[in-house]
Amino acid sequence: MRERRTAVEIVFDGATKQYPGRPTPAVDDLSFTIPAGEICCLVGPSGGGKTTAMKLVNRLVELTSGDVRIDGRSVRELDETELRRGIGYVIQQVGLFPHMTVAENVATVPRLLGWSRSEIRSRVDELLDLVELPAVDYRDRYASQISGGERQRVGLARALAADPPVMLMDEPFGALDPITRTRLQKELLRIQGEVRKTIVFVTHDIDEAILVGDRVAILREGGRLAQVDTPERILARPADDFVAEFVGKDRGLKRLSLTTLGEIELDAPNGAVGPSAGAETTLRDALSLMLSEGSRSLVVIGADEQPRGVLTLDRLSELLR
Amino acid sequence: MTDGPVIPDFGKASSCVAENRLFCPDWVRDNWGSVLQPAVVQHVKLTVIAVAVGFVIAFAAALLAHRHGRFERPFSVFSALVYTIPGIALFQLLVPFTGLSILTVEVALVGYTLLIIFRNVLEGLRSAPPEVLEAARGMGLTRRQTLLRVELPLALPAIVAGLRVATVSTIALATIAAFVVPEGLGRPIFAALRDYFKTEIIAAGVLAILLAIAADVLLVLAQRALTPWASARRLA
Repeated sequence: MRERRTAVEIVFDGATKQYPGRPTPAVDDLSFTIPAGEICCLVGPSGGGKTTAMKLVNRLVELTSGDVRIDGRSVRELDETELRRGIGYVIQQVGLFPHMTVAENVATVPRLLGWSRSEIRSRVDELLDLVELPAVDYRDRYASQISGGERQRVGLARALAADPPVMLMDEPFGALDPITRTRLQKELLRIQGEVRKTIVFVTHDIDEAILVGDRVAILREGGRLAQVDTPERILARPADDFVAEFVGKDRGLKRLSLTTLGEIELDAPNGAVGPSAGAETTLRDALSLMLSEGSRSLVVIGADEQPRGVLTLDRLSELLR
Repeated sequence: MTDGPVIPDFGKASSCVAENRLFCPDWVRDNWGSVLQPAVVQHVKLTVIAVAVGFVIAFAAALLAHRHGRFERPFSVFSALVYTIPGIALFQLLVPFTGLSILTVEVALVGYTLLIIFRNVLEGLRSAPPEVLEAARGMGLTRRQTLLRVELPLALPAIVAGLRVATVSTIALATIAAFVVPEGLGRPIFAALRDYFKTEIIAAGVLAILLAIAADVLLVLAQRALTPWASARRLA
């Protein structure tokens, strides 16, 4: 196997895209850093330039001014084709090659890079395994023979094929039904836990951004950066009215969904009674449970089925303060 | 002897031939090797050369028009114009330049294939879905690689469809090549028309039809072999 590549940092440095004949830039003086191995979600209303900003990274859109640096190297200095082969690219409509099998699709970039047959074969099997499509069943199928969710899994495997340190994902789960979307979001996080890429993830869905992103960059109309921070801090301290409005009035509840019962300090059980929930339950679901059961407290159950502690409504509201 | 038309007599005309009945199998049997089979071979040659040359020209033009849209109109107009000229008139127009030769016939036959092949190749090349092209670009395929690995394979069904129409119509059209040179299935037909010898007209005509069907079937089979994805249906 080839040596695993380590993740790299991406820096937007005054990145600007001005299309000729337009009164305002599509992306305006964007400056922020995505640390190596993190997922940064670009969110914002349509017309916020999030996809354009993402495409500055692999030069599907060329910078007008400013710079984007990957691992310290300006994308302007790199050969367009080589740059793109080193960046995984996933789009909403997937864009699988209809005339190629699943295996051939996944092998696209390794073939361009001239890997050997046996290397490609074992890499394809490894990747199909990673995205949970058994290679025996799927490698020889065509795109027309698999479901939408399966197609996007193949799209993800194809983007990961040459083990690029950087991935660009443009609303990858936007066309999927809610159940498949949630499943794939979780899978992405599981896969990211294994592969540790630096990922630029474009979405218009703030909930998806909060769930998926280590960091969230919110763009406003005119392609200007409104705020970039961790999901927790964006929800706790929106930089201005625009961000507050964009993340929604339920941002307190959204914050609760970021934390699970197992991650907070609990009061001692002390023989408390009331509804119970496992440690993997989010605070948001815990609150919902308390409210619907008409209880002011909740017993948290450990993996051993024994009570680990108690969460009260008062404790919850303290946590949000 | 009757007072009817003069039937070619090879010394042992059957009563069927002598009476010019609708169809005389014995004539076909007796004249297969000397008349019909050479005509079929010549006909295939006329067709293959015309379609091959027409394909090369139209394919190159379509690639150019795909890359640079401004070439589409001139070639479209030119090939459509050629297509509208009646076959016999086109032969007449060419004879002063290329004489009563195979070249005259081929130039005309090639001319008629251009429009259909050009249109189909170009449409095929343009049929690649936009998201597929974007994925190709995003993964770092060059323009040339995108053409060779994505656009051309996806254009195959349309290209073969164009070749089928071009081939079948060329087989039909090639029968009038006999106006210019004594080649192909047009030769026995023209010869028989002079005397209204029914068997020969029918035999040569049927052979032309069979040839067209055979060519069409071969191309369909070739397409199936080349584009397995097109016939792969969703597995329930």
